Amino acid sequence: MSGAASSLARREVVAAPDAVPLAGLAGAARRRPRRATEDPAPVKWALVAAALCFLASLVLAPAAVVLVEALRGGFGLWWKAVADPDARAAIRLTLLVSVLAVPLNAAFGVAAAWSATRFRYPGRSVLVALIDLPFGVSPVISGMVTVFLFGARGWFGPWLAAHGVRVVFAVPGVVLATVFVTFPFVARELIPFMEAQGTEEEEAALVLGASGWQIFSRVTLPNVKWSLLYGVILCNARAMGEFGAVSVVSGHIRGVTNTLPLHVENLYSEYAFQAAFAVASLLFLLAAVTLSAKKTLEWTQRTSRRDAAHRSPR
Amino acid sequence: MSIEIRGVSKAFAGHPVLRDVSIDIPDGELVALLGPSGCGKTTLLRILAGLEVADRGEVRYGGQDVATRTARERNVGLVFQHYALFRHMTVADNVGFALKVRKAPRPEIRARVDELLRLVQLHDQRDRYPHQLSGGQRQRVALARALATSPRILLLDEPFGALDARVRQELRRWLRGLHDELHVTSIFVTHDQEEAFEVADRVVLMNAGRVEQVGPPAQVFENPASPFVMRFLGAVNVFHGHVDGGRAFVHDLEFAAPSAHGRSTAHVYVRPHDIDVHRAALPGSFAARVVRVLALGAAVRVELTAPGHAGALEVELDARRTEALSLVPGDVVHLAPRRVRVFPAVERQSDSLTASGL
Repeated sequence: MSGAASSLARREVVAAPDAVPLAGLAGAARRRPRRATEDPAPVKWALVAAALCFLASLVLAPAAVVLVEALRGGFGLWWKAVADPDARAAIRLTLLVSVLAVPLNAAFGVAAAWSATRFRYPGRSVLVALIDLPFGVSPVISGMVTVFLFGARGWFGPWLAAHGVRVVFAVPGVVLATVFVTFPFVARELIPFMEAQGTEEEEAALVLGASGWQIFSRVTLPNVKWSLLYGVILCNARAMGEFGAVSVVSGHIRGVTNTLPLHVENLYSEYAFQAAFAVASLLFLLAAVTLSAKKTLEWTQRTSRRDAAHRSPR
Repeated sequence: MSIEIRGVSKAFAGHPVLRDVSIDIPDGELVALLGPSGCGKTTLLRILAGLEVADRGEVRYGGQDVATRTARERNVGLVFQHYALFRHMTVADNVGFALKVRKAPRPEIRARVDELLRLVQLHDQRDRYPHQLSGGQRQRVALARALATSPRILLLDEPFGALDARVRQELRRWLRGLHDELHVTSIFVTHDQEEAFEVADRVVLMNAGRVEQVGPPAQVFENPASPFVMRFLGAVNVFHGHVDGGRAFVHDLEFAAPSAHGRSTAHVYVRPHDIDVHRAALPGSFAARVVRVLALGAAVRVELTAPGHAGALEVELDARRTEALSLVPGDVVHLAPRRVRVFPAVERQSDSLTASGL
């Protein structure tokens, strides 16, 4: 139950800052006794201050800038930028890309995690390492790979062109590049979790007469559903926010191959700052939704893991 | 349904786990696979369930070879050591799982689940989740789940291993009672001699992938077939001596050893409770010095040293005898073995006892 242990440990860390102001208010005389493993007060406060400054300058300030700039001209101007046909096309494309990429990667992630944790075969570790590849290379490279494969002079480009399929500088290219960049999220989330869970419940289901599909749908999937959802949320956030790879393959064709991040960049380079920030605020909203969804999930998972930890020792 | 295991061998990555194991289990019997950890008993159970495939040999259920039947098709009840309950399902859903995947009609599932939960005395827990149950309750859910399809064979892997002593005691008696009621052919794996002896009709003693001895508990205990069985079934004192023409000699003591032929060095095994302690020297006794006297409830264990014997000797006496002797450390007493087992001192074979450091 290493998962439970680490989530409990995380709780401890989260709980500590809550206790800090209380100790400060209580004053030096009635300060709660320092725990044996705690650092001396100056070290503690210096670290807390450094972390807060860092967070404020890198996260809070930019967030504030986005919101302030987006609404500088009032809500009317914000709406005008967001409701602009090109912006609407970008929103549609971004949603389309994530609707295609996320289910695809969820399916791939489950299949990859299943094959990596439920079977032993030569090359298994290579598969696991390959899953991480998109995390390791720059997204720009990912975009270029797509161009080299499917572009007009690419390996499959001429054949595709002969059959009237256009990939690069078109929607399929945007989708492909996004799928490539986001495919590790779900598998990465599932593999350690499924490894920790072991195969006993699946063996039990098999002996009880369940078919492969029944085992998967009635035992495996319900057991990993929170991890899967977590991976899907992260995957979705990245799919909607991806810039580098998509930028290379899309060709920035307004109203056709522009996703939200590309549209922001276009507006910004045309000095349409207010509009750029208005559209950016949509992405910011997405981040807020993702973050709260992630937090909610962590919370539910923690409570269910805590319940699991209460089982008597094995 | 009877079970026949014929010459089953299994190796993992070249390391042999089972070597030519053959066991016959008649219909309706409750058998314990007893042995130290690493002796292959769990692997054998998994082969019976169809979760592992034997390298050689065959398994027959009711006379039929089951090699071509997968775990799914064998309809064997299996209780896992850690129960392997479906954590996201209620007790009732766990128990009804096997019927549900067989697409049984809902009312039928419900009726069967109710029946089984009454059988394991958990009908008031049907809507709870596994993590809300105690270890003993989980164990019973696992058992009810395994029995849902009325299997003719029930396999249990260390069924009481993860429970505390008192619950274990209760469940043992309960399992025996349940077996007497259902008469399903059952095999359970255990490393606990007491558990095996208390619950099973017959005990299969395993060591290093081989069957050492098969028999009813009393017979196995009274007539151990090998030094391993002797050592595994409780404490034992070992004396080094030799045999000559049906007699065994240790120092100046002489014992009957009808099964020993010819002349060879030998080991003489004596159980702690098979030794009498006297204040005075008697024929057939030898002197020893008391080192410690340990009161263990009803019995008293006395540790002694004897000249010419390496290591400590152990003698078990009842409390009244100890009182009469009033032993204190340093006393010199005389020990008279009542019953001995003599085995020729063959070269040490691979042995799970030594391997697992017991």
